[in-house]
Amino acid sequence: MSEIRVNGQTHEIQTDPDMPLLWVLRDVLGMQGTKYGCGIGQCGSCTVHLAGQAVKACSLPVSAVGDLEVTTIEGLSTDGQHPVQKAWREHGVPQCGYCQVGQMMAAAALLTSKPKPTDADIDRGMSGNLCRCGTYTRVRAAIKTAGKEMAK
Amino acid sequence: MSYPLNKSGQGIAIESGAPSVLRPALSRRAFMASLSAGSLVLATRFASGASVSLVGSSALDFEPDLFVSIDPTGLVTILAHRSEMGTGIRTALPMVVADELGADWERVVIEQSIGDARTGSQNTDGSQSVRGFYDRMRIAGATARRMLEQAAAQEWGVDAEECNASEHKVTHKASKRSLGFGELVEAASKLDVPAPQSLRMRDKKEYRIVGKNVPLTDMDGLLDGSAKFGIDARLDGQLYAVIARSPVLGGTLVNYDSDAALAVDGVVEVLEIPPFEAPHSFQALGGVAVVATNTWAAIQGRKALAVEWEAGPNGAFESKAFEAELAESARTPGRVCRDEGDAVAALKDADPADVFSADYYVPFLAHAPMEPPCALANVELNSDGQVTHCEVWTATQNPQAAQGILAGTLGIPPEQAIVNVTLLGGGFGRKSKPDYVAEAAILSRDLGAPVHVTWTREDDIRHDYYHTVGAVHMQAVQDKQGKPTAWLQRSAFPPITSTFVAGARDGGAGEMGMGFTDLPYALDHLRVENSPASAHLRIGWLRSVAHIYHAFGVCSFPDELAHRAGKEPLSYLLELLGEDRHLKLDGVQYSNGGESMEDYPIDIARLRHVTERAAKLAGWGRKLPKGKGLGIACHRSFLSYCATVVEVDVSKSGVLSITKVSSVIDAGTVIHPDRVKAQMEGAAVFGTSLAVHGEITAKDGAVIESNFDTYPLARMNDAPKEIQVEIVENDAPPGGVGEVGVPPFAPALCNAIFAATGKRVRRLPIRHHDLSWS
Ligand code: FES
Ligand code: FES
Repeated sequence: MSEIRVNGQTHEIQTDPDMPLLWVLRDVLGMQGTKYGCGIGQCGSCTVHLAGQAVKACSLPVSAVGDLEVTTIEGLSTDGQHPVQKAWREHGVPQCGYCQVGQMMAAAALLTSKPKPTDADIDRGMSGNLCRCGTYTRVRAAIKTAGKEMAK
Repeated sequence: MSYPLNKSGQGIAIESGAPSVLRPALSRRAFMASLSAGSLVLATRFASGASVSLVGSSALDFEPDLFVSIDPTGLVTILAHRSEMGTGIRTALPMVVADELGADWERVVIEQSIGDARTGSQNTDGSQSVRGFYDRMRIAGATARRMLEQAAAQEWGVDAEECNASEHKVTHKASKRSLGFGELVEAASKLDVPAPQSLRMRDKKEYRIVGKNVPLTDMDGLLDGSAKFGIDARLDGQLYAVIARSPVLGGTLVNYDSDAALAVDGVVEVLEIPPFEAPHSFQALGGVAVVATNTWAAIQGRKALAVEWEAGPNGAFESKAFEAELAESARTPGRVCRDEGDAVAALKDADPADVFSADYYVPFLAHAPMEPPCALANVELNSDGQVTHCEVWTATQNPQAAQGILAGTLGIPPEQAIVNVTLLGGGFGRKSKPDYVAEAAILSRDLGAPVHVTWTREDDIRHDYYHTVGAVHMQAVQDKQGKPTAWLQRSAFPPITSTFVAGARDGGAGEMGMGFTDLPYALDHLRVENSPASAHLRIGWLRSVAHIYHAFGVCSFPDELAHRAGKEPLSYLLELLGEDRHLKLDGVQYSNGGESMEDYPIDIARLRHVTERAAKLAGWGRKLPKGKGLGIACHRSFLSYCATVVEVDVSKSGVLSITKVSSVIDAGTVIHPDRVKAQMEGAAVFGTSLAVHGEITAKDGAVIESNFDTYPLARMNDAPKEIQVEIVENDAPPGGVGEVGVPPFAPALCNAIFAATGKRVRRLPIRHHDLSWS
């Protein structure tokens, strides 16, 4: 038995300590906003925040979370109005949408550390997130829009 | 040779057959009631808090048409029967219904249809949703509108012709009276449904929704993470399965260690799925399933299985050796598919110095949708072992094909299989092949519990229905001005038919008609041929299908001929297109996407127009320093016209950067311009992935690549930096959109690389080539 904190709530879990956080979230806690895409840290579909930093939940054993706070898309905002979510809506970013939770979580973390990211910052911060539908140009534009709002 | 081409000629429609009993689209009420097994957390989007009554759900509703229903509060429910995989189709088709109806878009909810033959084809494939259902949606909306107008006219004692439905109410202008849709529901329900021929369709300028970029139906759920995909389907008490499948197609199971798998914490069962019988079509591949209480445990259990396989005849397949064989086949005279003049004699008689030949090659590609194939099945049996209930929740492009394979697998009539369609995390053709649905159903039947099958990424890359490898051989005779006087082109590729007919080796008319037999160039002597090739992997259709390798040859070759003749490539291409005309393809087996050549001619003027506009948009003709270059390609596919200019910057050391893409599409009538634009942007990135990175290889019959580390896709840092799109305003009937941007991309890119570096890429992917220059 161990505890993890997700979106401000403490959960008691009884799982294999090696189970990646991704599967704990999805199959144990029933929080399915976070997606599986590759399981090896290559696609970013599973991106969540660990103490505010973007991490790939598929490659993080739940035992490594410790008492650090996990934030998932379900906790990014209570009303879907985080500046990143607003910018995503404004730019019509999602196509199928499957990768977009990971894209938004990565973008939100990037903007926290770099409120005014350059194109090179965006390349660095976002190249771990694949989008098979090909929404990259809109992701880039939406990050800039969200950055402006967050700077206000 | 023939196989059942679907309406678009794009892939195979394995329909479930005409069921003898038609099943209604399940109402939300019936849908919830059917979940005796437990609480379902999948639902279509509904207006929050609204009293939602759905198609066929309440005696009080007005249901003039399968696709539309209105409840007494005025809430309009529109049935979406095509699958949402990112094109915005769950928004676009309902927009047409709502506009014909005169509904307020804010008071419309969208319900996703289960697999239901009454809706017509649900095979969301071949870029045909709008083309195939635009008129049907107009009829649905206009039927409901006419009946509401008649109901209001009756109430007021006026002529129905004087009444008009708009903004969710019917108005009689002369007397300034109006009644809301909800108030008219009861009276309208009592009227006879008018015949479609008697309906007046709205004039385009009356439309208030069509042509506008309305917010996507699914946007909120996609942004807050609540949208449900196939991977998210859940029923109480469900088990989670992953399956070990033979690394070689058709291999047989020899041995495995179920004890080791069962020793993994959370694993509850290990069981075999019987192998398919050739041809494999959409059957489960077969293998050993590890079933657990969560996905991770199932994956760990599978690792412990230590399965041994006997490879069988495909075990000798090597993609490298096959490449040489395929190229040789493409250089060897084959079956004639189009023949004008006498190209063979002209080539034979020509001075060898005037003959130019080139060979192009595109390797196997995997679909790799971000959401891998997934399905949840709940199959219940009675004490005699007969299926009493079969229901699945899955990300499928073709729920009726899923019904078909469930019927074949379980021995039930197709209409007994209830197929609920979730959102799809990408499809690209992979999810029109429901083998994974059959797997889940077999496991649920055998275990007596709901089972969710997840394909891991490794499963997806190693057991795909691959986009086939293709070799294209091109030959032309050039006159003194460099103009081609004779032209021969031949392609060889393991055909899609091999998935449905074991041993098939000839390219189908559908595949040959994708950018090859419909070559748009003006040539006196032309021959188009196909040469045979055998399949050793499962072959299937992928976004834009045979256009990929055909366009690569057909749009690269003119650029080569132009440079060889010292001509400017754009004017050379425009001259090659010849006079504005409708291309005649007399005597050619050509499906034209299932549409007539009168309604959808091959219109060279439209192809020229997009080409000229793309050139203008890109600033064609600018002087660029060495290392930078522009390349152009134009191509008609899925009854639409597209031209793309790619601008590249190649460093001296050979690092490629795609700085700008300029695309113009003419898809006739367009419903949601922003989604057309998005599809074109996506096509440029999809094109980058396939042109720069994509290659599936096989050794000892097994696919080598397994995940995104070995099968890379375009990322933020190497995708096109800027993509500009123009949509030609056109009242022509709607053509396809989703796939149309893909074919011209790779040749335009390679033409640009040549302009920048003088290096010609004839074999994809580009990453294997040294692009350095000095
Ligand atoms: S699923 Fe975690 S990076 Fe792909
Ligand atoms: S929107 Fe479909 S994968 Fe990114």
